[in-house]
Amino acid sequence: MLEVINLEVAYGAIRALSGISFTVPQGRIVALLGANGAGKSTTIRAIAGLVPVKSGRIVFQGEEIQGRPPHFINRRGIAVCPEGRRIFPNLTVLENLLLGGYGRKDKDSFRQDITGVFRIFPRLEERRHQRAGTLSGGEQQMLAIGRALMSRPRLLLLDEPSLGLAPLLVREVFHIIERLNQQGTTILLVEQNAFAALNIAHYAYILENGRLVLEGPGPELLADPHLREAYLGEGLDF
Amino acid sequence: MDIVTLVQQLVNGLSLGSLYALIAIGYTMVYGILRLINFAHGDLIMVSAYVAVMGVGLFSWPWPVAFGLAVVLTGLLGVMLERGAYRPLRRAPRISLLISAIAASFFLENLFLVLAGGRPKPFPTPPWFAGVLKWGGVFIPRLSLLIPVVTAVLLAALFLLIQRTQVGRAMRAVAHDLETVSLMGVNVDRIISLAFLLGSLLAGAGGLLWAMKYPQVNPFMGIMPGLKAFIAAVLGGIGNLAGAVVGGLLLGLLEIMIVAFFPAWAGYRDAVAFGLLIVILLVRPTGILGESLGEEKL
Repeated sequence: MLEVINLEVAYGAIRALSGISFTVPQGRIVALLGANGAGKSTTIRAIAGLVPVKSGRIVFQGEEIQGRPPHFINRRGIAVCPEGRRIFPNLTVLENLLLGGYGRKDKDSFRQDITGVFRIFPRLEERRHQRAGTLSGGEQQMLAIGRALMSRPRLLLLDEPSLGLAPLLVREVFHIIERLNQQGTTILLVEQNAFAALNIAHYAYILENGRLVLEGPGPELLADPHLREAYLGEGLDF
Repeated sequence: MDIVTLVQQLVNGLSLGSLYALIAIGYTMVYGILRLINFAHGDLIMVSAYVAVMGVGLFSWPWPVAFGLAVVLTGLLGVMLERGAYRPLRRAPRISLLISAIAASFFLENLFLVLAGGRPKPFPTPPWFAGVLKWGGVFIPRLSLLIPVVTAVLLAALFLLIQRTQVGRAMRAVAHDLETVSLMGVNVDRIISLAFLLGSLLAGAGGLLWAMKYPQVNPFMGIMPGLKAFIAAVLGGIGNLAGAVVGGLLLGLLEIMIVAFFPAWAGYRDAVAFGLLIVILLVRPTGILGESLGEEKL
């Protein structure tokens, strides 16, 4: 569904990604893991059209999308749940969701999808007319995911959805990600929390200093002794 | 002061304040999105007035046609300004944008100096807006009543658009986080164009009303109302739409009341307005309705 080929991104003289290639097959959860500054977020931002691609190709459903503006990429069926949630604090919960489905013309199913998001996140429904800035961190994360779902994406890019959440909430968020995937949404998950991500990912790539250094099915990587030592660390007893 | 004069002055203040509000909206919308003080905004008043003068005088169009065209062309001019003078500098330091805005302002003023000459032209106020209403002992120019009414209608339409529609939501969100809005499938450039269009349409309407109130049209007529509207926007809290309205009305009332209560001060009216700007910036830079600005907004 998504194919990234030799993707290179540089911020000025600093090279953030030096030619990475990976694929996200339809219906799968693919995780992109690595330490802070490894290039995970840059990868997401390049796919979404937020940072210019220096070289390489990004192919989504047979179409090259590198160099296209973000709104174009969104309308092709890729939604982003950005790092740090980035909800619109001055808009209400409902308005955030409405904005998430900006390009849509299908009024009736649009309403249904809002109900659908409220079914997944009942707490958002209780607070639908509240300004989103007043939500707790966990609720904001749910809103960010719900907002991304409103465009009915074929591919959902999740950038650090567990960041800053309490362990119990992390589990809940990952559970929801799994459920969304079971309902048919393909997911590219970027995470620092490697343990939690590998538990739900079908396949995972490990990114280190802008290069892919390891890849494999989630459960397999989870058992990999090198990886356990390097990336999971204390997470073992988690 | 007797009650009759007071009512008269209140109406005057309300009508002047409405004009400030109408023009201040454009400043505040653009600031909210781009953090730019669009110094060319005031000159749109002048452009609108000239288009009406030429339409009625030169081409003998009926006034509704000339006025309508003046407002529409002014709106489009605002969009062109953004395209030509601001968009290419979107990633440049903010000071470059500001310099570009001042250049755009000088350009418009001098363009009309060349096109229309420096001599003031009378404004062809349609009979519809002329005349005086007598009410008990109160004499009120019909225009002074029409200005607040027209303003109220236009502002109501604007607020409805901003609060109730998808583009309105996008506009509010863009003011907060331009990048994330683009991830929602919103063409942000188009939203910015729309903000300029709306602000400039209102300035166009304000320009016509202003020219009827002070019926002398010259290439520099937009400077003072532009600056006053800017003060109004700061007073209300720049970036805040309701604030622009509150600030405009307050400034208009203040100016008129100074003249009414302290006639000896009448000549200092502008000085009071600018003094007020300095005081707000010192004491409460966020204005009346402004939320506390984060570092990045300043």
